Amino acid sequence: MTLCITNARHLEAPVDLLVDGDRIVTMTPAGHHAAPQGSELFDARGLVLMPSFIDAHVHLREPGFEYKEDIASGLTAAARGGFGAVMCMANTRPVNDAASVTRFMLERARLSHPHGPRLHPVAAATVGLRGEEMAPLAELKDAGCAAVSNDGHPLENAELLRRIMEYAADLDLTLIDHCEDPRLGRGWLMNEGDMSGLLGVKGQPDVGEAVQAARDIMLAEYLGLPVHIAHVSSKLTVDVIAWGKARGVRVSAETCPHYLLLDESALKGYNTAAKVSPPLRRPEDREALRRAVKEGVIDILVTDHAPHAAHEKEGTLDEAPCGFTGLDLAVSLTWGLVREGVLSEADLQRLWCRAPAEIFHLPWNGFAPGDPADFFLLDPDEVWTPGPATMYSKSRNTPFLGQSLRGRVKHHWLGGRMLF
Amino acid sequence: MNTDNRYHWQHKDLLDVTQLSGEDVRHLLDLAASFQEINRRPVKKVPTLKGKTVVLFFVENSTRTKTSFDVAGKRLSADTYSLAKSGSSLNKGESLKDTALTLQAMGPDVIVIRHPSSGAAAFLADLLPCGIVNGGDGWHAHPTQALLDCFSLRQTWGDSFAGRSLLILGDIAHSRVARSNVHLLHLLGVRVRLCAPRTLLPAGVENWPVEVFSDLGRAVRDVDAVMCLRLQLERQQAGLLPDLAEYSRRFCLGASHLELARPEVRVLHPGPMNRGLEISDEIADAPASLVLDQVAAGVATRMAVLYLLATRNDGGNA
Repeated sequence: MTLCITNARHLEAPVDLLVDGDRIVTMTPAGHHAAPQGSELFDARGLVLMPSFIDAHVHLREPGFEYKEDIASGLTAAARGGFGAVMCMANTRPVNDAASVTRFMLERARLSHPHGPRLHPVAAATVGLRGEEMAPLAELKDAGCAAVSNDGHPLENAELLRRIMEYAADLDLTLIDHCEDPRLGRGWLMNEGDMSGLLGVKGQPDVGEAVQAARDIMLAEYLGLPVHIAHVSSKLTVDVIAWGKARGVRVSAETCPHYLLLDESALKGYNTAAKVSPPLRRPEDREALRRAVKEGVIDILVTDHAPHAAHEKEGTLDEAPCGFTGLDLAVSLTWGLVREGVLSEADLQRLWCRAPAEIFHLPWNGFAPGDPADFFLLDPDEVWTPGPATMYSKSRNTPFLGQSLRGRVKHHWLGGRMLF
Repeated sequence: MNTDNRYHWQHKDLLDVTQLSGEDVRHLLDLAASFQEINRRPVKKVPTLKGKTVVLFFVENSTRTKTSFDVAGKRLSADTYSLAKSGSSLNKGESLKDTALTLQAMGPDVIVIRHPSSGAAAFLADLLPCGIVNGGDGWHAHPTQALLDCFSLRQTWGDSFAGRSLLILGDIAHSRVARSNVHLLHLLGVRVRLCAPRTLLPAGVENWPVEVFSDLGRAVRDVDAVMCLRLQLERQQAGLLPDLAEYSRRFCLGASHLELARPEVRVLHPGPMNRGLEISDEIADAPASLVLDQVAAGVATRMAVLYLLATRNDGGNA
């Protein structure tokens, strides 16, 4: 059975896309070839064609915190948001530090979303994420884990970090490191600076992120092994990563749409919706991060989708947990950056698809013959408002709630099958 | 009392002094002066707030501020009720939101909240229709303390605040008293100095309208007043100070320091004092000390605040 998507816009040009089964056959300029007899036709006039995105950093909360999100709701939000694959972090309860937990996650995904989006669990780097002993990484890899991370619980112990990098390298697992010096600014609620001083809340300097990133990069160079720096939030860390790359270190890095769009002023009035880890920093950090994703110093975008129930964010700043949901909004938010001229359509495909696939060895669609038929159509002009009726995650803890966004995913195919 | 009849208090809540105009402050302090007069009568009670309800919701330990608000409310004949941390449901895991909604259901006119979290008073103010007085939220703000400090200074300075200089001495970083006083004194034209070790200065202090010193001898030179802050002993445990003896050697306000200030220098302290740590005995008890005046000023100032918030919707205004 062949499918022909006609008159879609791809990298500024009108194209026709021919799909056979779960594979791409060809992508050609619109109208150059007639669709084969019997093809199913889909007129995509006015819509932008993108490969399905990969989100290498999400929290789907199952097992253990299903009131915030579960694998079924998280994958639905992913599908609706344009993501064909997500990598879920290990800070569940129980922690994903054993093959049984990984297999449970994959089973939940298979039952609720047999045709995708695909779930790639990330193995806990240490047992219970406690930062004391290494988790059984080979067992976790065999069960289906795609990477390893102690996300949410920064690794203080450099000796342990080194051994995890070495051991994981044998298994072709990349370490995703949450860089934060847990003692510098312990008890922080936001970035340390003018705003924290005025609000009278404990701040965290960006130095703690940059110092740990520098440590990771030096270890990676010393060992000749790769390391991936999670959710970079500051210019200082960008500078450290650029330095590592200039030395030829195998360092890759990610940041999130919110660090490209917001700064610490979002915390004004003790706005718990803007509390996130690492914290939103200064406008100059936001600008440096925009340059870094454009220039490739930061390799990929991730959402760090971190759902929390409404009542958890309702309260004082110190009561509220850190984190934003992201799967529902990421494409629209970053499409906004394309509209602003900060990024190009090709940049989005690199940052959300090709680069994460290369770093984590996942299949991806480059629209070449034989590539997986994973793609979505975006209405570049649809204006919509994130809210209960328009979001698919169980939680809606995002500072963009209620704001008018432009650009929305309209249809999504995975493995040649239309999800919606 | 020389209140402008055209003046109208417009605030539902008193969350921070930053919301106040110079006119608000003048009006409030004038009103406090008229209530101070009541406090000197043999019968210290007027029926002004009869039938009004004031809830004192203190989630953080406080004897002085709570008593001050309690006395202020009772002297105006308001019914005051206390909800302390140990007596509240917060110990049973109830959220601040639910406790607040429960309080609201009892129909208070004003809730005074003291809470360890910065922003807690603003959270309540957004949630509830009744008037909220911030009785101190975390490190953020303590507006009635700043107002009563200015009330005390006004009794000696009159209305000539502009051009005076005042030194705030001690743990600025963790002090809501310091934050509120910096804003209010700056609004009134006072040149504010801060003196503290760098570990006890807030982030971004270089952008505050203040002059910062690390040497007390230089900081007190020619000031008109010194405000000492209470040092919380946990700052030493948190590694912000080497030891308390060293702190006291560098930052305890003594008689020798005051000799460097203006001859008529006044000393304030929000209490409770750590004698010998941030303020010496001789200064605490000296005629220059306004500490006990501050306590009396506290009652009068809080009477004014409760009056303004509780009668806001009654049509008339003071």
